[in-house]
Amino acid sequence: MNTVLLEIAVVALGILLLLADSFVDRSDKNYISFLGALGLGVILVLSFIFPPIAPSPDSPVAAFVTSDLLSLFFIRFLLVSTIVVVLMAPSFRPVLERYVPAERAGGGIGEFAILPIFSCAGLMWMVQAVDFIMIFVALELATITLYILVTYLRQNQASLEAGTKYLILGALSTGFLVYGITWIFGVTGTTNLNDLAPAIQLLPESSHTPLLFGIALVLVALSFKIAAFPFQFWVPDVYQGAPTPITAYLSVASKAAGFVVLIRLLLALEGVSFLAHKLEAVITLLAILTLIFGNFAAIPQTNLKRLLGYSSIAHAGYLLIGLASLGSALAIPAIGFYFAGYLGMTLLSFLVLLIVTENTGGDDISRFNGLSQRSPLLAGAMLLSMASLAGIPFTAGFIGKFLIFEVAIHQGHYGLVVIGCVTVAAGFYYYFKVVRAMYWQQPSELTPIPLSATVKILIAVMGAGILALGIYPNPVLAALQPVVTTLH
Amino acid sequence: MSPLLLPVLIALPLLAALFIAVGANPRRTSLGAAFLNLVLSIFLFARYDLHVGGWQFVSEWHVIPNLGINLILGADGLSLTMLLLSTLVTFSALWVAPKVDKQEGLYYIALLFISAGVIGAFSSLDIFFLYSFHELALIPTFLLIGIWGSGDRQSAAWKATIYLGAGSFVLLIGLLALYLSMPTEVRTFDLRKLNELAASGTFHPASWIYLVLLVGFGTLVSLFPFHSWAPSAYASAPPPAAMLHAGVLKKFGLYGLIRIAIPFFPQAVQQYGWLLLLLLSANLLYIGYVTVAQKRLDWTVGYSSVMHMGYIFLGLASVAIIGGDSSLNLIGYNGAAMLMFAHGLSVAAAFALCGEIRQRTGTLDYSELGGLAKAVPVLGILFGFVSLASVGLPGFANFAGEVLVFFGATAAIPAYGPGMIVAIVIAVWGVVISAIYMLRAYRSIFWGPIAARWESITDLSPTARYSVILLIIPLLIAGFYPQIILKMVGTAFPH
Repeated sequence: MNTVLLEIAVVALGILLLLADSFVDRSDKNYISFLGALGLGVILVLSFIFPPIAPSPDSPVAAFVTSDLLSLFFIRFLLVSTIVVVLMAPSFRPVLERYVPAERAGGGIGEFAILPIFSCAGLMWMVQAVDFIMIFVALELATITLYILVTYLRQNQASLEAGTKYLILGALSTGFLVYGITWIFGVTGTTNLNDLAPAIQLLPESSHTPLLFGIALVLVALSFKIAAFPFQFWVPDVYQGAPTPITAYLSVASKAAGFVVLIRLLLALEGVSFLAHKLEAVITLLAILTLIFGNFAAIPQTNLKRLLGYSSIAHAGYLLIGLASLGSALAIPAIGFYFAGYLGMTLLSFLVLLIVTENTGGDDISRFNGLSQRSPLLAGAMLLSMASLAGIPFTAGFIGKFLIFEVAIHQGHYGLVVIGCVTVAAGFYYYFKVVRAMYWQQPSELTPIPLSATVKILIAVMGAGILALGIYPNPVLAALQPVVTTLH
Repeated sequence: MSPLLLPVLIALPLLAALFIAVGANPRRTSLGAAFLNLVLSIFLFARYDLHVGGWQFVSEWHVIPNLGINLILGADGLSLTMLLLSTLVTFSALWVAPKVDKQEGLYYIALLFISAGVIGAFSSLDIFFLYSFHELALIPTFLLIGIWGSGDRQSAAWKATIYLGAGSFVLLIGLLALYLSMPTEVRTFDLRKLNELAASGTFHPASWIYLVLLVGFGTLVSLFPFHSWAPSAYASAPPPAAMLHAGVLKKFGLYGLIRIAIPFFPQAVQQYGWLLLLLLSANLLYIGYVTVAQKRLDWTVGYSSVMHMGYIFLGLASVAIIGGDSSLNLIGYNGAAMLMFAHGLSVAAAFALCGEIRQRTGTLDYSELGGLAKAVPVLGILFGFVSLASVGLPGFANFAGEVLVFFGATAAIPAYGPGMIVAIVIAVWGVVISAIYMLRAYRSIFWGPIAARWESITDLSPTARYSVILLIIPLLIAGFYPQIILKMVGTAFPH
């Protein structure tokens, strides 16, 4: 199957659902979520049956997108995370009804489940893009949808504040990206990643500084996307204010696409010796700062959504360790595996957060007090995802950290490893704070929390996934290992 | 059938936990699983073929074959001794567990997870899983101390969790570095292959890795100065958790040093012998005096268990290369293994009795207790047995272990010089120190005039009585006939 067909299918699905939302006279909008998840599921299955093939060199899209195992893995990753987020929407309905003004019943509910699908298409293009122009366009498609979604709760001040911040800072980072691309194009005469290295080799020494400037600007923009220090400052406020399913989406899907672009950029410049060392040093520095900031700033947090925001910065730090160790053949599989685990544990924790917020009226950690007595299933699911985020064996998070540390030691990044150890200890503290609330403390009321069948299935599937990846990681890892050979 | 017995041993507690989670009776289910496990481990212990030696009951599942990570279960005499210790203490701990007033299911599930973790760790031939299984205990410990603990339970739980969590990541780094120092084609976590590689003489990992492992494992064993989590955790933990933790889980760090540090870093062990001697002397002398200064029984037992690790470390330190033929001095190792078994049983019994006293009096403060022997004679007699065992009186396995450690250490004097002599003197003095604090504890709790409010307390229930006796009997058997254990643990290192 041609590589762009998958995205076209995703966009078509989104448009069909928008039409259905407008013309089907039903105020119960849950069907939109289920149809959306079903459609994305079918596309996911199609990606296995008819794996996309790279466009032939003479085809018009070949200069813009490619299809390799890396993009294929992350396309599936994005589809899965979008399915989960779309399925979270029905549980979020009470909040939407409270904060989204509607002329008729069910107004404004459907789009909330549909817009992530468009964002997904943008991110899917982004992980396939091999041209700066394509990266930029795909990024805009994904981000403009996210601007709407972050500020979706129009009558909620926190959501508006988050949306405004996200819009302004997002636009700023886009500015950096475009400006950086311009400099790179101006120096090398190309926007294509594959042509970049040969073009740079021909450059005179005097052009190196403007080139470095352009690359630095692009790195700033991408650091913003993946929430690396010092471009993480938007994360806590935006995460806290955005609707919970969108926060989950931001911290999983949008971050993953940013990392794929970074991987492609670094691999493209790998052969340029004067750049490769500088880039590795910059990434190492980013990793150190991000690890330290994310983990230590998470410690005093009392609001779980904010805590998960800092935790998402912290995990960007661990992923950056992998990125700094790209010289190891296992580095990209390690990053991919880390993301697979990260998807399960992050989305599961946001799902539990969503349910608990709705039943207790807030998202502070203290709202989780005694959860184990109100709903052993929710508490168990949260315990599992916290254990996995902290990196306890037999969970996906542990294998992820294990692989990341493996490649780091392999590449001789001992400093990163030492800092990683310290921050893991800090991680134990703040993740276990949630466990403490759920198990040590007494609940303020004892009424059980009702769970819908969708939620129960989502919890079971993601919980099983976290354990399966932690106990028997081989299938996913084996699928990721050939990725490297197709990239070089 | 035999190869499947070890997986069954690990699976039984987990299955019991699963059944409890879906509504089975917590106490009966967990006791049933623990009893089956005890029988099974005795059976394995008896079935081990000493003439063949080596790893037996081996089974293997591929997990990440191209990284050399596989779930390989198997046991030699040392593992079987530790497995026997684990199942004995697990059964006794579950049996003696007092009535749980809240979330009973979770309580037993947490204990079963710790048990499954240690059993898995002691029967793993793959270092990756050896490590992973040990970590199964981390969350249950946090929950057990935090929910059902006593005293300053919250800070104790935090301290233990952070120390153990961070210690294990240090350990993980050490293990990874060991793994990566192998040639690319043969990289493996399989202990058997690692041993072959080490025996071939071509495998020389850098000695800094040994130091990382020493810090990692040392934190888990409460080696000075990484010990401060242990006494507070044990003092606050509910008795069964303290029994499992101090009795069995802590032995994992020593087991790891025996399995990994000594065979793969013989030079480094000797090169940094002075460091280990220094730290273990601090364990013996400094912690010894700290123990004497304690005013409560739970803290005394907690600190004493930290102090006694010093003897085991001394046994490990004495495993140095003596003579030119690079043969190892294994007397001290045998003593260390014997002490691991003996200390595990005696400290578990001590924590069980601690819990029983606290349950009756609500306090473990020496100044408030006294003369209890009149009211609870059986408890007094059993506590006397346990104190004497812990001091190392002949007739108990602890004595056999300590004597062997001293012999081994003496034999290693040529390799270490005066440092070892000082350490031995301190260790002998340590015996006196432990006699001081244990006998003082015994005197101030059970002798002297009894306060009127304690006169009516009831003696041990048959359940508690037998579960403690279950721990004392093996101590006496191994004390009078040490060969039963020594023959087994000797298989870990071929002579």
